Amino acid sequence: MLLGGVILLASFVYLGILFAIAYYGDKRADAGRSIIANPVIYSLSLAVYATSWTFYGSIGRAAVNGVGFLPIYLGPTLMCALWWVVLRKMIRISKVHRITSIADFIAARYGKSALLGGLVTVIAVVGIIPYIALQLKAVSASFEILLQYPEVVMPPKGRAVALWRDTALYIALLLAAFTVLFGTRHLEATERHEGMVAAIAVESIVKLLAFLAAGIFVTFVVYDGFGDLFGRAAQLERTAPLMKFGDAAGASWTSLVLLSMMAILFLPRQFQVSVVENVNEGHVAKAIWLFPAYMLAINIFVLPITLAGLMHFPDGRIDADTFLLTLPMAHGQEALALFVFIGGLSAATGMVIVETIALSTMICNDLVMPVLLRWRALALVRRADLTGLLLTIRRGAIVVLMMLGYAYYRVAGEAYALVSLGLVSFAAVAQFAPAMLGGMYWKQGTRNGALVGLTLGFAVWGYTLLLPALAKSGWLPISLVDDGPLGIERLKPLALFGLAGLDDISHALFWSMLANVGGYVAVSMLGRQGIGERAQAQLFVDVFTRSDHAARPWRGSASVQEMMALIARFLGSARAGEAFAGYARQRGWTSAAEIQPDAELVCFSENLLAGAIGASSARVMVASVVKEEPLGMDEVLNILDEASQVLAYSHQLEQKSRELEAATAELRAANARLQELDRMKDDFISTVSHELRTPLTSIRAMSETLQAKPGMDEARRRQFISIIVKESERLTRLINQMLDLARLESGGADWHSAEVDLGELIEDAVSTTAALLRENAITLTVDLPPHPPMLRSDRDRLLQVLLNLISNAAKFCPRDGGRITIGLHVRPDVVQVDVSDNGVGIDAADQALIFEKFRQVGDTLTGKPQGTGLGLPISRQIVEHLGGKLWVVSAPGRGATFSFTLPLEAQAGPASVPAAHKTTSPS
Amino acid sequence: MALRNEHPQRLVALFALGCVLFSGTLLGMFGGEATVLGVPALYAYLFGAWAVLVALMALVVELHD
Repeated sequence: MLLGGVILLASFVYLGILFAIAYYGDKRADAGRSIIANPVIYSLSLAVYATSWTFYGSIGRAAVNGVGFLPIYLGPTLMCALWWVVLRKMIRISKVHRITSIADFIAARYGKSALLGGLVTVIAVVGIIPYIALQLKAVSASFEILLQYPEVVMPPKGRAVALWRDTALYIALLLAAFTVLFGTRHLEATERHEGMVAAIAVESIVKLLAFLAAGIFVTFVVYDGFGDLFGRAAQLERTAPLMKFGDAAGASWTSLVLLSMMAILFLPRQFQVSVVENVNEGHVAKAIWLFPAYMLAINIFVLPITLAGLMHFPDGRIDADTFLLTLPMAHGQEALALFVFIGGLSAATGMVIVETIALSTMICNDLVMPVLLRWRALALVRRADLTGLLLTIRRGAIVVLMMLGYAYYRVAGEAYALVSLGLVSFAAVAQFAPAMLGGMYWKQGTRNGALVGLTLGFAVWGYTLLLPALAKSGWLPISLVDDGPLGIERLKPLALFGLAGLDDISHALFWSMLANVGGYVAVSMLGRQGIGERAQAQLFVDVFTRSDHAARPWRGSASVQEMMALIARFLGSARAGEAFAGYARQRGWTSAAEIQPDAELVCFSENLLAGAIGASSARVMVASVVKEEPLGMDEVLNILDEASQVLAYSHQLEQKSRELEAATAELRAANARLQELDRMKDDFISTVSHELRTPLTSIRAMSETLQAKPGMDEARRRQFISIIVKESERLTRLINQMLDLARLESGGADWHSAEVDLGELIEDAVSTTAALLRENAITLTVDLPPHPPMLRSDRDRLLQVLLNLISNAAKFCPRDGGRITIGLHVRPDVVQVDVSDNGVGIDAADQALIFEKFRQVGDTLTGKPQGTGLGLPISRQIVEHLGGKLWVVSAPGRGATFSFTLPLEAQAGPASVPAAHKTTSPS
Repeated sequence: MALRNEHPQRLVALFALGCVLFSGTLLGMFGGEATVLGVPALYAYLFGAWAVLVALMALVVELHD
């Protein structure tokens, strides 16, 4: 006989052990030596998926439709294959943004929207309550059944039990107390509960062992193995149909697979253990096969136990949901029955603890805090320490959740089997799938899209699943379900718009998903994202490719003390101090005092706070101490980044095009210059050949005459020969001068720098030309200062210039009374030499021409070439090379004065005579 | 443990395989009286295929080279 006391004692001992494990786990975590940093523990903690539903409910479902219980485990198995892609991304995003719940995840993704966070929380709470009711129902039923041992009877149905005598109420209160102790002993910045995870892993082992023990007992002790059991069941009319893939299982098969695939990702407790409590992303790899293996193991004996139960209790008095417990009881297995009860308790407590902790975090961070923080009358923003308040809210939320679960159990629990209760919850959390998956993989998903999708999906879920559940329990008129509201057939909750022939769940899933996905996608595509949303969308979708939190410029101001004080109010000053010290170390500073207030600090603080109060509230709180630009930093910077890249690119393009234009202009100029040079070369050659031909023609004419007339008289012959000699000399001179000019122009001439006495030089020139002047009866006057300066210059070249100028002057002097004056003037920095004549003078228009090659003004006047026409160009070249200038001042009929200057600083050295060092010998 | 680049692809392929193995259409074929070692063919197939799928996933994840 199992007394209530024994069962209670066993239960409390078991829960005490769990609590000890959790306590030890927390202690180790505080010491930095985690006991859960291990992929096997991680996989076992994921098995919190297997609740009373799995433990008792699967058998109940199998009794109705055979393998119809399996999609709930096959769906997650399939999803596990995608975990490395999907779950790992969720984990990475959550770690980067310190996300602690599904509500936080969705709120953060869509621009840290508090409204969205609140909506998700409401959906999660309303959706999960039937699931909690399921656990209460299972535990209280199993307790009451076990209490009757050795008799096997069902607790009486449909009898209103007084509230204070209802076991389920005490179980609900007990579980609430236990969860408060487990999950909210202190406030964690990361919302991680290592001790709880350790306890959950142990619970997973216990429930698996309990189930396997009962299964092995039934299959191998009561029956003679699988063959025997199945063989006998195949004979019976009641059990034989269960071995086929019947209509009952087939109808909802695909939708249940889909539903459970979403549930394994988006149930709040699964998100808690798989994402929030994840220590290391790498642990996901082992869980990919270990978790499905666990589900496979816990399901192996479901069908044997179902069949055995149906064969043992053929009259249907015993609820199939309880076979796991009632079969050992019926065979007198006291200890095994107690073990099974403990296993069921494990399954239920595990679920309740994790689920309510996850939901309480959501309620606190996404529902209560945003309201309280915005409620100015409370002046919460200025309260010194908020850790106590946060913990109180969470504890209150846990108790309220358990009471809501209990209320639902009282209202609707009797009318439904365990699995049906759970499936309602699955369909509710499936509403998160579009916003979550879209948020992770589709950048264009908008906040409004998510709001509309979630609202529509949730409304349809409530109408097609929750409403019928309440109606069937008698809380709403059943005519609502049978005839539709106001008798409108088309609006019947279980056959919306005439969609009949589907089971409840498939029907609800179809309509709610249609509304949800349709609303989400349509509104997202029609609307536009806010700037804040856009930035978050990129951070979420590109979480693996971005290196966010890079150093960024920041326009805002914050004080580190204020920031620290803010964090301390939510986390307590010790934890805040630790966190800031850690941040300082990470940034390479020795203490928290050295922290610089920058964008990264704001980001760090916001993340830290997000762990405690959720992303949207954290943003509000941090904004209260940071004076920031009204636009979010991320988005502004993103825009700036893009804009400045485009700008820089266009700058580059403009520069390139300017460079190209400049190069083209240069090329064009060079081309024009080349053409000009080419033309000049042609001119030059034609002029030169003309100049050469004139003397050559005379020489040839004279020579031919001499050849043709050998008998020419002596005097005439001599005259001819003298002409030939003169022309030859002229030719030679011409060629010499041309060579000279060419050398000067090309810079290849030889220069010899020496001390030159200008006075002496002029005297030399005068004496050289004395014969010429005498011949033309020209009077020469030389006007020299008493001490003519000494120059460093090329004596021979200067002499050449002087001779040229004197002979030029002589040429243009009148026959009688020709006068030439040579003057020397010393100016401050130059010395000037003037050679004046009293000749015909030069017309102003011709003054520039005479310095060009082969231009002889005199020709037109005398009609006879005198000189080569190269003298002045050569002289000018020489003077300019020596650093001076050569010019003429003249008026027709009043003579001409050719002047040149030479720089006096040429005395200092040979610098102005670049070719002075040339040592090539003169040719 | 970190998975190499091709591993996610193999896992996605296994996902596709699983979708086929557990599709309602395929399961409808196991309606007969046939048994495998005394276990009805439908049960034997479902649990067998499930076990094989889990084993393949374990192989992909655990075999590093």
